[in-house]
Amino acid sequence: MSIETLLLQHEVDRLNAAYAAALDERRFTDWPGFFAEQGSYRLQARENHDRGLPLCLMHLESRGMMQDRVYGITQTIYHAPYYTRHVLSPAQVTPETADVVAAQTHYAVFRTKPGDTSEVFNVGRYIDELVREGATLRLRSRRVVYDTEMVLNSLIYPI
Amino acid sequence: MNAPQPLTRWPSPGSSRVPFWAYTDTALYQRELHAIFYGAHWNYVGLEVEIPNVGNYRLSHVGERQVIMVRDRVAPKDRGLDHGIRVVENRCAHRGVRFCQPSVNGAVANARSFVCPYHQWTYKLNGDLAGLPFKDGVKDGECTNGGMPADFDLQAHGLTKLRVAVLHGMVFATFSERAESLEDYLGPRLMPWLDRIFKGRKLVLLGTNRQRIPGNWKLMMENIKDPYHPGLLHTWFVTFGLWRADQKSRMVMDTHGRHAVMISRRNDGGANKSVTEGVTSFKADMALQDARLLDVVPEAWWTIDDPSHPGQTITPTVTMITLFPGLIIQQQVNSLSTRHIVPRGAGEFDFVWTHFGFEDDTPEMTQRRLRQANLFGPAGFVSADDGEVIELSQDGFAQAGEAGETLCELGGTGTEMTEHMVTETLIRSMYAYWRKVMAV
Repeated sequence: MSIETLLLQHEVDRLNAAYAAALDERRFTDWPGFFAEQGSYRLQARENHDRGLPLCLMHLESRGMMQDRVYGITQTIYHAPYYTRHVLSPAQVTPETADVVAAQTHYAVFRTKPGDTSEVFNVGRYIDELVREGATLRLRSRRVVYDTEMVLNSLIYPI
Repeated sequence: MNAPQPLTRWPSPGSSRVPFWAYTDTALYQRELHAIFYGAHWNYVGLEVEIPNVGNYRLSHVGERQVIMVRDRVAPKDRGLDHGIRVVENRCAHRGVRFCQPSVNGAVANARSFVCPYHQWTYKLNGDLAGLPFKDGVKDGECTNGGMPADFDLQAHGLTKLRVAVLHGMVFATFSERAESLEDYLGPRLMPWLDRIFKGRKLVLLGTNRQRIPGNWKLMMENIKDPYHPGLLHTWFVTFGLWRADQKSRMVMDTHGRHAVMISRRNDGGANKSVTEGVTSFKADMALQDARLLDVVPEAWWTIDDPSHPGQTITPTVTMITLFPGLIIQQQVNSLSTRHIVPRGAGEFDFVWTHFGFEDDTPEMTQRRLRQANLFGPAGFVSADDGEVIELSQDGFAQAGEAGETLCELGGTGTEMTEHMVTETLIRSMYAYWRKVMAV
């Protein structure tokens, strides 16, 4: 394995770690910054993904839409708040071609309502396309495909 | 007072107060399953478009019973008379195994026949028992060992078949032989609103979202019979004028009061003292960073002849249809879905959203429907609020025990139809019907 491949792997893992930390630490306003300006975020049930059906649970096509989601989380969606904890696998990275890095990462997200027990909330994988913007790697597309087709009531925060 | 004690424990006359035990009593819930879901009511099962080809099937539920919705072979002479859709219970007639499995990896589930793996009992797609191993025993020289009794009748041991009716591509089923026809069950007041969305159109499946809500199933029906809350709980509705009390609206119900349509026409939103002052969910300064999330484009089919005012037309932007006991049909601007309530005990139900469009939609319209789906479903800008509030309602009922009751007296205690939305009449009418069916 070349040193470039190792470095790229490390870079994607660092991005994922920072992404998960932003969400788990509830720094939601930082979340759109992991994406390119016209980046897309699609959170989709596995049954739809596998059948080639387009419906998503969240279908956001720009940083602006993601900011609208953040406003929803913090200002408009009435919900019982909960903590999330993301546990991520190392990324499987496909070497850079034509300036796009492809990567897949498995995740599990636990949900804990304040003062309550923890439960498995959502498990699945990230299917990513990343691009370089200057020195920074950003998500051009993050498709989150979840196995947990039955959502435990409502899903407020991005995965 | 020497009046005889009523035999029920319903606390007050009428249906404007609903006791908390109506949502929490497990024995009552078992009675509901039998009297309502397995009784003389039609239950939504799915969309025809989900099983496009012969042999395609999809697992669904009627009450807590899992059923198989399958497309059967139809002889050429019967086409036009027989839609070919069968609904059978997923439970082997031999030893009760729930044998039929969902598909994985994106294939549409498909079968030539249904075979229970335990003892290889084999059923036709319509549920008839086609055969079973060792029915006539196993030969051992001159004698025959075992076998089913000589009078064993294959025809008497099929899967449980439900009556099926298909309306505009929606599949309904009932366990009841007594149930009236689906058309009579829905009634003439509801039909124009179903025709408006579905009649003569081929549906395109966009996908499914599922959520498990820890609340009684009736709370979801109430939520969509309650025009009071949307402009108060849901910021998006009050701020962007998608649903609020200063809009032209109408509450329609069938003659039994069990089904309903909430009809309204959006306005421009913004401040209007009588409906926004002091409403914390109203955000006067809210503006979308990406306006495509609410890129509403009117569609020609929104306008119909007004069923209540002959000679006039009506152009709602939203119709929320509740078909008792377990189906909600949503048109909110360009977003369309069926929402299926699957009860799971007194305190929990699954809520299955199937979003769809139409065959003649442009790619832009499909994209628009998918974007507006961000408002609805388990993560929706609007609908996530509802799941949360239902969970918290159930929590409140549970902690109050036998004593408490909900109060539904906005617009009085009657059960009449209205030309406005400042009323809880549809909740009252559903409970008036529910009390009759449940004899409480």
